[in-house]
Amino acid sequence: MDRHLLNELEQFLGKDGVLSQPEDLLLYEYDGSVEIARPQCIVFPRTAAHVVRIVGLAAAHKIPIVGRGAGTGLSGGALAREGGIIVSFARMNQILEIDAENQRAVVQPGVVNSDLNAAVASVGLHFAPDPSSQKACTIGGNVSENAGGPHTLAYGVTTNHILGLEMVMPTGELVRIGGKAVDAPGYDLCGLFVGSEGTLALVTEVTVRLTRLPEAVKTLLAIYDRVDGATETVVEITARGITPAACEMLDGWTLRAVEAWVHAGFPLDSAAVLLIEVDGLREAVEQHAKDISEVCKMHGAREVRVARDAAERDLLWKGRKNAFGAVGRLSPTYYVQDGVIPRTKLPQTLREIERIGKENGFEIGNIFHAGDGNLHPIILFDARDPKQFERAVSTADAIIRFCIEMGGTITGEHGVGMEKDRLMPLLFTEADLALMRRVRDAFNPAGLLNPGKIFPTGKGCGEVRIRPMPQRGAGNSAPATGRDFA
Amino acid sequence: MSSPAKAMPSRLGDIVGAANVTDEPARLAAYEVDGVRPSAAARPGTAEEVAELVKLAVAEKLAVIPMGARTKLGIGMPPARYDLAIDMTRLDRVISYDPGDLTLSVETGIPLAKLAATLTEHKQFVPLAVPFYERATIGGTLASGVDSPLRQMYGTARDFVLGMEFVTGDGALAKSGGRVVKNVSGYDLHKLMLGAIGSLGIVTRVNLKTFPLAAESRSWLAGFTRAEDAFAFADSIHKSPIAPQTLEIFDGPAAAMMDAQLPIDQTEWSVAISAAGNERVLERSAGDLQTMSRDANAATFCALDGSAATSLLAAIREIPLLTASKFADGVIAKVTTRPTQMAEIVQLLKNIAAERGLPCGVFARGAGVIYFALLPKESDATTMERVTQCAKEIVSVAGKNSRGMILRSPRELKREMNIWGEAREDFPLMQRVKQAFDPHVIFAPGRFVGGL
Repeated sequence: MDRHLLNELEQFLGKDGVLSQPEDLLLYEYDGSVEIARPQCIVFPRTAAHVVRIVGLAAAHKIPIVGRGAGTGLSGGALAREGGIIVSFARMNQILEIDAENQRAVVQPGVVNSDLNAAVASVGLHFAPDPSSQKACTIGGNVSENAGGPHTLAYGVTTNHILGLEMVMPTGELVRIGGKAVDAPGYDLCGLFVGSEGTLALVTEVTVRLTRLPEAVKTLLAIYDRVDGATETVVEITARGITPAACEMLDGWTLRAVEAWVHAGFPLDSAAVLLIEVDGLREAVEQHAKDISEVCKMHGAREVRVARDAAERDLLWKGRKNAFGAVGRLSPTYYVQDGVIPRTKLPQTLREIERIGKENGFEIGNIFHAGDGNLHPIILFDARDPKQFERAVSTADAIIRFCIEMGGTITGEHGVGMEKDRLMPLLFTEADLALMRRVRDAFNPAGLLNPGKIFPTGKGCGEVRIRPMPQRGAGNSAPATGRDFA
Repeated sequence: MSSPAKAMPSRLGDIVGAANVTDEPARLAAYEVDGVRPSAAARPGTAEEVAELVKLAVAEKLAVIPMGARTKLGIGMPPARYDLAIDMTRLDRVISYDPGDLTLSVETGIPLAKLAATLTEHKQFVPLAVPFYERATIGGTLASGVDSPLRQMYGTARDFVLGMEFVTGDGALAKSGGRVVKNVSGYDLHKLMLGAIGSLGIVTRVNLKTFPLAAESRSWLAGFTRAEDAFAFADSIHKSPIAPQTLEIFDGPAAAMMDAQLPIDQTEWSVAISAAGNERVLERSAGDLQTMSRDANAATFCALDGSAATSLLAAIREIPLLTASKFADGVIAKVTTRPTQMAEIVQLLKNIAAERGLPCGVFARGAGVIYFALLPKESDATTMERVTQCAKEIVSVAGKNSRGMILRSPRELKREMNIWGEAREDFPLMQRVKQAFDPHVIFAPGRFVGGL
């Protein structure tokens, strides 16, 4: 990268605020996805004013710029696909205000999700979105990706909990939208910017809604000898109008991988388990737990265990949230999908995933947010074999196509990023995409902010291409494994 | 309409059928918006017909206002131009309903009441209890941005709208979101349509989450002599584990406007609460609420029986726009703020009204939304002058943590002030949104924030 530009950046960020050595760049060429892209430098602003200056310099030098939180994203959102400057928000990590009385907090984008939760727990509150990466991922990243998590079933995803943003626009203005009061007259800009995957603005401050911690919580583990029994249970819980706080499913293959590492107490001989949590008033929780147990048994659960205390509950959740570390022990690389289907279609979809896996010679594990129909099939493959990588991607595509046929979508919480841009035409028409592009261009006219994301780059519209295998050498390493996912 | 537009009715008829076009002045009166009458009205039957109408409007430079049952068209500034009314009420089908998935896709001209009938069969509902409920369409409701008392538990439309199909200002039929309950594919463009009063596009279809109807629910009413106590009670409920479905705080004049048969005594302030759940949850809620009301110096606390509860819910559903029928010259402001600041803002608003000698009423939601009604007894010029001054001050009380706008007012007031309040620092971003959706400025020009 141009030494002049580096000097200019160092002038206000300090020498320790700019990284550009090859070994530094290597560390920022990946995130939680299977994608790779190398930036030319990484900068660490400490104030919104720094971000304004960085954006101005990037514009003057016509260099792409990409925001980054903790780099735990699963669709390549924080990667510099076309090179350029990565703006790490790691040093903008202050909680600026906790307004417990009004259940609001104002934070910088680099605040880690679980740090915010720890800070507000003592006043009986929490920030509801809880992606599995919450110990590392940042609020700014959650905002960009509209992150989910197991408990979003009852509490909603990130967009439901964001009240205001301060942002630096690609054109250099610092703007506030929304605020502590609800229903500001005008367009719901927060609704647009949350989940825009860092393509419209760089967020420098976030006003979040906090939620009261429930009075009572019960966590159930329902154990099945048939996968269909588990999926049918989910269908019936939904149809009965019971909304658990979380309803997660692990199939037999996945739970055995997890159990070998975490020892959460998942029975090794089962075909599937459901991890179901209910919370709220004591009186409601007891009733819901009883109703859910009945439904589980009706659909062939051989046993329904109730966690006796917080320690047992935490262990079950540890099994769920660390599942991907466990899978990483089994395979050099794996590919996690993120399709969504209507919940009534769960049983047939899981059967189809199994069939697609067999047809392509992959064993596919499933661990996912069953309660909202958000699937996360895991395809194990060896990235050193380019043919296998291609086959893993085409297998994942076959699953996503089936989700769309079922009336579903290509991503429920991981984002489109540079992973699924080529799949967008399966869901959206040219007119839909043209409008989204116009909106992007309205805010990001020069296209320098996070280029190469969301929108298909291939020429033939509607044509889905298989992307080339990431190459070793020339500074590229093997695809990173998806370490965490919501 | 310009002269080439003389043949407009027949060209509109080519698109929607002659029977679905009118240019008769008598019939067009019903399509007036703030006293401005269009030259024609068309009733399309499909999304494609809507797109064709918009293309025609672009070609002929016609200003268009889409509408449903026309119950909330008074929201916004008078249109700067208005040639063609697009009446969406023929688009009233349920496109798909998957009760097991708790999701629904409907055309936007469907009346809320008709939709509710379909959902009730499956013991489900959509939490939009809005004014003019018996007539309002879902499209108009979403476009108007009016809120619902059920937001206390279910949030606002932005929390349960899953996706939309709409016609943009170039006549393209586009969509965003989807049908499933979790989705991050592409930009959430549909959120921009909510409360945009048709200034970005014409929504032809909306996908929604549905919710299970609770087997049982109950309502309670607590009476207070002081506003601070009523708001303190609401605040203590927020801090408790009790999760009400609705939580409304209102004063005597607001209660007097409700047609409900309610046991409201001489107390100045009331707090109405409803909750749903099983018998034990409701028993517990009743006990906790009574204790909290006592701690907040309530003068009275009572549970409402079935018919009183139903009547109360209907009243709080309608009240944000109720003054329209009771006080032709009444003004209703909507001021939002942090929940703990409500008592202070209400006092401020009451002082503004008192200084001008105007009667007023207060109706607030626990979530931090205040409806403040100016209820003038006369309609002479000096009274209206005082009303206007008051309305201007109300809109400007909105500071860093509050927002204010005039939701309903006599037409004359809109000549004197911008009912949306001053444009804020995010206005340039809104202009860019408008430009992207409606490059030829054909949708409802001049009605929205900052003249958009």
